[in-house]
Amino acid sequence: MNWLNIILQGILVGGLYAMFAAGLALIFGVMRLVNIAHGDLIVLAAYLALVVTETLGINPLASLVVVVPLMALIGYVLQRMILNRTLGDDLLPPLLVTFGLSVIIQNGLLELFTADSRKLQAGAIEVDSVQLGQGLAVGTLPLIQFVVAVAVIAGLQVLFYRTAIGRAFRATSDDQSVAQLVGLDNRHVFALAMALSLAIVAIAGVLLAVRANFDPSIGPARLIFGFEAVIMGGLGSMWGTLAGGIILGVAQAIGAQLDPGWQLLAGHLAFLVVLALRPEGLFPKVQG
Amino acid sequence: MSAAFHVEHATRSSRIGVGIFAVLLIVLAAAPLWGDRQDLRLLAEIFGYVALASLWNLLAGYAGLVSVGQQAYVGLGAYLLFALTMLLDVHPLLAIPMAGVAAAIVAVPVAGLIFRLRGHYFAIGTWVVAEVFRLLASQVSALGGGSGISLPIAIVTSVAPTRQMREFLIYWLALALVVFVLGAIVMLLRSRYGLALTAIRDNELAARSNGVDVTRTKLVVYVITAFGTATVGALIFLQKLRVSPDTAFSVNDWTAFVIFITVIGGIGRIEGPVIGTIIFFLLRQTLADLGSLYLMMLGVVAIAIMLKAPNGIWGLLAGRFGWQMFPLARRAVIAGLPQQAKT
Repeated sequence: MNWLNIILQGILVGGLYAMFAAGLALIFGVMRLVNIAHGDLIVLAAYLALVVTETLGINPLASLVVVVPLMALIGYVLQRMILNRTLGDDLLPPLLVTFGLSVIIQNGLLELFTADSRKLQAGAIEVDSVQLGQGLAVGTLPLIQFVVAVAVIAGLQVLFYRTAIGRAFRATSDDQSVAQLVGLDNRHVFALAMALSLAIVAIAGVLLAVRANFDPSIGPARLIFGFEAVIMGGLGSMWGTLAGGIILGVAQAIGAQLDPGWQLLAGHLAFLVVLALRPEGLFPKVQG
Repeated sequence: MSAAFHVEHATRSSRIGVGIFAVLLIVLAAAPLWGDRQDLRLLAEIFGYVALASLWNLLAGYAGLVSVGQQAYVGLGAYLLFALTMLLDVHPLLAIPMAGVAAAIVAVPVAGLIFRLRGHYFAIGTWVVAEVFRLLASQVSALGGGSGISLPIAIVTSVAPTRQMREFLIYWLALALVVFVLGAIVMLLRSRYGLALTAIRDNELAARSNGVDVTRTKLVVYVITAFGTATVGALIFLQKLRVSPDTAFSVNDWTAFVIFITVIGGIGRIEGPVIGTIIFFLLRQTLADLGSLYLMMLGVVAIAIMLKAPNGIWGLLAGRFGWQMFPLARRAVIAGLPQQAKT
């Protein structure tokens, strides 16, 4: 019974990891950019939510209304002003520029908010739980987070395959120069992809901040969780990303149960095992 | 037709460069005569960063393996030094190269795993490896676990009996190590591997089609870099006398600074890390009080350079004046023909 509970908790956390991963996978898919600042942007969103919540005195979940559009705007401008200039055949510029951004965001947050760890208070909902059966209960908040994650991923899937902007994303992903030939403005498409990525980052950041303590230094670990989920899931579909997140969450939950020091290590080891045995991920892209 | 030519590496500027280096080396070797303890510590730290940045430059600038996880090998070298001396009673000075060799052996299977990650994802893969090493190090309770451990006095005095002799010795070791690293990189770049590496740097596809075994070359560079980085890490922590997972595997100290140094100085050029380190320390001596603002400024400068002058400060100078500080150019000198230069 205990193990079932642990695995269930792991699955629910996995939803959050899948959301870290979705934004990363999205921009990699569209423009082959790996954003090393991704984790720090999640933390930035958490701090934005903190400021909004404290200034307006509203529930953290309501702060999404402000934080999501704000992060999307930051993403659009960031892509247009800086990141578009780094794209090309050379791998170095995008990696080093986003690495620089990561250091800037992290130390900027440290200057503004100190290294103290913070948390958003969501009120009574934090301690509510849903009874699933004999001695098996899940917190309402983790459950909401998981449902939101599934909804975000389903939404992305619909957006990719059912809408005009999704078609533009897939076109630039397949062949940038042909996409331009048929009249797409790549700079704009890339900026929209980054805006969408950071909108997801905003949701993930706020949910993270409600769930656990955060401080300016935790960004890189979130990047790594998202990355591991992407690679484990395979680069095929967003649903693979969800599976990757869940595997990571469950591995960490089991590791933590064996020894508190093993929580993170177990997640990394699961990733390395998948990389060793199935480097293309568990749900690779179907060719054709 | 017989091959009536030979390849010259030196140019006028590289002869001047090597001359300046020789003089500088003598002055630096004599630093215990003219400098105080602070000077020696600072200089040893500078040597450490020149070595680390040169190694990262070899990896990222030449082999195209952009690692953001070289702290894995700095930390591994540091922990191996402490493990070898404290648990196996190896003499510290012997433990330094042993740490390098052991790290190189570890690097082979690690490369087998992370080379499966293409391009950009390789970078984050290296970070995962560094995290795994850090977490494993904090599980070793014999070396202090998460809070770290100091080197026992008996081992410290086995380096040299007096504090002053110890400081001189570690200083000279740091100087010798940076000269060794730079010398080894120059030799490597002048060898067949160097030609292959330069080809990979300029165009990986073209290098492959000319018969360069790209994967093998990259593996060799990765392992060599691991050896060098761990050796430098071991020496740095012999000077610090204390190790902990957070300091040994610090991404800021051993990767962010190193990347900024190389990018600002000039990536893909051997002179870049040297110039970058000098600029880095000049800035740090004047702006150190700013703390995290200083790091932000470095980040901004590095981004600006990456966007506006991707070859860094040395790249600008070399492009403008055709300078090279080390004899690395390849120029065929053919009897009876005007010289043709090719870098």
